[in-house]
Amino acid sequence: MTPAHHLNPRLVVLVALGGMVGTTGRYLLSEAVPSHGGWPVATFVANVLGSFLLGALLEALLRRGRESPRGRAVRLGVGTGVLGGFTTFSSLALELERLLANDALLTAATYAVASLTCGLLACLLGVAVAARHHQRSRARRPHPDDRPVSGGAAR
Amino acid sequence: MTLLLVALLGGVGAATRFIVDGLIRGRWSRVFPFATVLINVSGSALLGLLAGALAYHSMPSTAYVVAAVGFCGGYTTFSTAMVETVRLAQSGEYRRAVANALGTLLLAVGAAGLGVLVMWLLA
Repeated sequence: MTPAHHLNPRLVVLVALGGMVGTTGRYLLSEAVPSHGGWPVATFVANVLGSFLLGALLEALLRRGRESPRGRAVRLGVGTGVLGGFTTFSSLALELERLLANDALLTAATYAVASLTCGLLACLLGVAVAARHHQRSRARRPHPDDRPVSGGAAR
Repeated sequence: MTLLLVALLGGVGAATRFIVDGLIRGRWSRVFPFATVLINVSGSALLGLLAGALAYHSMPSTAYVVAAVGFCGGYTTFSTAMVETVRLAQSGEYRRAVANALGTLLLAVGAAGLGVLVMWLLA
């Protein structure tokens, strides 16, 4: 059973605060970086960068083992809130729809393919970086989780 | 002032996503990430409606920016869609991974277009 985090007012507020930070970042980026040759560069950069960071964050948290309350706060505040709010699917969809409506088929196709491939690769890269970092830090000093688990189903 | 409202609505959007995601996930805890698909497609439909309102119903541009960049941007998420696609692929569910990435994109673009169309028809 998944606990009903979404009904916990504190966690909802945490996600909202993170969402405010992420949305502010995306808005400032869109103000600073204009479209280039019909390409919505700001959305593209936010989405690819956000995918890398979320991949890295979730992998790092996952590798810490069972989720602590602090880990959960980081996952929801930074992951769901900041990075979820920093990236956007609706802008990507509307920008593609506008490009198609204006018969800019090639730009639309390039933008769509680049967003998905770069987004997926960035996410994979984030996962790999977090995994590598985790292994390195374990090689330096053994983590308490590395001890053999005894007792079993203590949950 | 616009920045503040954008940020505020972005927070509301992210909280809405968190709640909608929890409600859907609690109901169908399955392999396929339907919750994020639904969130991204519905947010794109809403953004299409807003863009149509801006183009054909003289919606004030500040109100558009606040609702579009703030709420719709905070509500929908690209990064989660990517992470869920990668996880499907990592667990060997390649078809579902492709269906998730391409399907969400096609449905979201269609939903945005539908939103614009509805506002154009109402003009």
